Amino acid sequence: MISINVNGRTVQVDAEPDTPLLYVLRDHLELNGAKFGCGLGQCGSCTVLLENQPVFSCLIPISTLGARRVRTLESLGTADKPGPVQRAFLEEQAAQCGYCIPGMIMRAQALLERNPSPSRREILRHMSPNLCRCGTHMRIVAAVERAARLITARAKTEAET
Amino acid sequence: MNGAAPAGVTRRDFLAAGGALVVSFSLCSRALTAAAQTKPEAAPALPGSLKTAPMLDSWIRIAGDGSITVFTGKAELGQGIKTALMQVAAEELVVDPRALTLVTADTGATPDERYTAGSQSMQDSATAIRHAAAQVRALLVGLAAGKLGVAAESLTVGSGAVRAPDGRRATYGELVAQTNLHVTAQSESPLRDPATYAVIGKSLQRVDIPPKLVGVSIYVHDLRLPGMVHARVVRPPSYGARLNSVNTTSVQKMRGVLKIVQDGRYLAVIAQHEYQAVTAARALARLAVWDEAPALPSPDDSYNWFQRLPSQDIVIAEGPPTSAGAGAVEATYRRPYQIHGSIGPSCAVGRYQDNVLTIWTHSQGVYPLRDAIAELTKLPAESVRCVHMEGSGCYGHNGADDAGADAALLAMALPGRPVRVQWMREEEHAWEPYGSMMVSTVRARLGGNGQISDWQYDVWSNSHNERPGPAGQLAPAWHLAAPFAKPAPKPAPQPTGGGDRNAIPLYRFGNTRVVNHFIATMPLRVSALRALGAYHNVFAIESFMDEVAGMAKADPVEFRLRHLEDPRARDVIRAAAERFGWAGYQRTGRRGRGFAFAKYKNLAAWFAIACEVEVDRESGRPRLVRAVAAIDSGEAVNPDGIRNQTEGGILQAMSWTLYEAVTFNQTRITSLDWSTYPILRFQSLPDSVDVHVINRPGQPYLGTGEAAQGPTAAALANAIANATGARVRDLPLTPRRVKGLMRI
Repeated sequence: MISINVNGRTVQVDAEPDTPLLYVLRDHLELNGAKFGCGLGQCGSCTVLLENQPVFSCLIPISTLGARRVRTLESLGTADKPGPVQRAFLEEQAAQCGYCIPGMIMRAQALLERNPSPSRREILRHMSPNLCRCGTHMRIVAAVERAARLITARAKTEAET
Repeated sequence: MNGAAPAGVTRRDFLAAGGALVVSFSLCSRALTAAAQTKPEAAPALPGSLKTAPMLDSWIRIAGDGSITVFTGKAELGQGIKTALMQVAAEELVVDPRALTLVTADTGATPDERYTAGSQSMQDSATAIRHAAAQVRALLVGLAAGKLGVAAESLTVGSGAVRAPDGRRATYGELVAQTNLHVTAQSESPLRDPATYAVIGKSLQRVDIPPKLVGVSIYVHDLRLPGMVHARVVRPPSYGARLNSVNTTSVQKMRGVLKIVQDGRYLAVIAQHEYQAVTAARALARLAVWDEAPALPSPDDSYNWFQRLPSQDIVIAEGPPTSAGAGAVEATYRRPYQIHGSIGPSCAVGRYQDNVLTIWTHSQGVYPLRDAIAELTKLPAESVRCVHMEGSGCYGHNGADDAGADAALLAMALPGRPVRVQWMREEEHAWEPYGSMMVSTVRARLGGNGQISDWQYDVWSNSHNERPGPAGQLAPAWHLAAPFAKPAPKPAPQPTGGGDRNAIPLYRFGNTRVVNHFIATMPLRVSALRALGAYHNVFAIESFMDEVAGMAKADPVEFRLRHLEDPRARDVIRAAAERFGWAGYQRTGRRGRGFAFAKYKNLAAWFAIACEVEVDRESGRPRLVRAVAAIDSGEAVNPDGIRNQTEGGILQAMSWTLYEAVTFNQTRITSLDWSTYPILRFQSLPDSVDVHVINRPGQPYLGTGEAAQGPTAAALANAIANATGARVRDLPLTPRRVKGLMRI
């Protein structure tokens, strides 16, 4: 049994130590957010956060995680209560097939936690590890920009109250 | 959600549940039935897919509590079709679209509408659903008139009820209890007046997007059935490789391994957990000994080799040949094999239980796949059910059907256990059917009036449709000890065509001759990729139009309009040009502009695009700076849905056009991942993509999904030529090719 911390909970997983985190998230913990795309760290559809850093969960064996905290799409919100990045993607209708979108949202989340008002150039550079095949890129960038505005506006309201 | 429940209902269940609808009778429905029976042979064609599924209750069912279920044989592929279909149904039934339940492609529940392909879903399914819904509404209004004792014309309809002027009402649920929706549709329907539309034409948010943003299970990839196990297939390393030997003993003992399946050169492993299956499959791949022989063309000479293959030559525009010399110009355009490259590799879940084989699949055609799997497994078709669930982006015939076949074979090998199989990245890149390599030559002559007097176009291509139906179209079926032979390919007939799709220019020339050279030999596996041959043909035609416009010293937009009378063609061209600022454009430094137009299939959506490209002088690398497009796909049910798909089409076509080619040596495919087959990444994005939807309320639906592919390719090539003088006629438009041809 290997102990890992996912979305704020420590769970025991009965899997071989070399099992990549992605398979444990999907197959053992039944979380759908992270998706298998390439298994090679080339497409980003498996992106999750590891201690605030976006990582390819398809490449990280669970034995290397230790106590480091893993966050997946499911930690950001629900259909009834979406997080700001999820809300921005909805408002921009930034999906076609949507398969790459959880990875996009997680990578954008990492950027916005570090820098709540990134420039367009920073967004493009930051998002480049993630691939989209439907050509939804323009809406994804618009959604990240909108999420930045939502987060900044919320921070401002909270600072004022 | 559609059919995801493992204990999903069968068609028989539906009919039984709809019993309330099929027992009672009404004057109105009797009149409809009588009308249909009087002169069946003289009946005019029914609209859309009502032609093949004419019963109203195949499309619309209303339960006693008033809840409405709409059925479609088409599938959500990420194109937003569910939302558009709910909008047309809601419009005609005068209800809130959110009140509807929509059931999509499922051989156990929905009409057979063949494939979700060819940008046909709006023409086929939305048209059928809209007419069926309008006829159901009329039927209920007729009943309400009788029940309330007032003239039908005085009744109003809304929120699932029919109201009399005095305020009395009858709900759909009450009315439906007195009638029978199991009646044949009529050819004419009392469609709502476009002036009164409440739902059609509105950019409603897509119903499929919210679950995708929060990780709610919606994809077949996310389906988890009780007791489900995982499989991986060890595919041959090349198309013809034979399995010489494989010692499976060590793999048999690996933790979690439940079964190794070997049938001829079909090799797979089933394990308890997914990663155990992956690890076991990798071990098997290391142990397998394959015999391979070179069977692919030399990559350096593949186009010449391809054109020399035997071809079936079909004249599709009968003008006289254009002679060479004396003012004739000609050019040759080439397109390599290109992939669908869905971000998630293909996946399916199969379960064989109580003599029924159920396959959950992201196939584009559940009924054809059902037939193919029945043939493959030798089960009667009634014992096979294919249920569509969403998959990763679908741009044509990818590995989805093959994965369905894998799931069928592996579920049969382990009865009673649901088996999930997903392809690995390398499998999808190597085994999916590609968009065919294509070559075309065009020769034209300019007349004294500045118009093209003669035009001859020849195109060489493989098939663009090798879908199941037959089991022989499923890759796993080729590898069994008793293999299924691949059927001989056939050219798709005009007017839609395959390799010759859009090969006949829409422009009016003095003489036009077009010949389709159909090549049956398929060295690499090919089938339908978004827009089929139209991608290459429009690239070639629209590139050459610019070349001839240059000879005529004419503005490319004006030159196109000179040869076009079709007013809707002229409208999209003018709209794209005006919104781009074509007239006042100044070419500066490294930047140039390009334009292109096509009417998809010459019978569907009109699309025009203007773009600006910047070329790096050192490397020759082109970047799309901005694109402005206009599309007319008939009545716009959901304008933002049309924009979303069209933006996607532009960016995907840009990726094909600037970056993409399958690579191979004489034995194997060598483009097996995203490093050997690079595609668009964020850092190469344009600054803006602006899509203008020209709405035509009341006009037929024409479909949207594929209109942008060809014009985008040509607009990019034309802009590169405008910026640098480099006329690149070989796809993709790589920096090396651009740099090699730069003249300014």
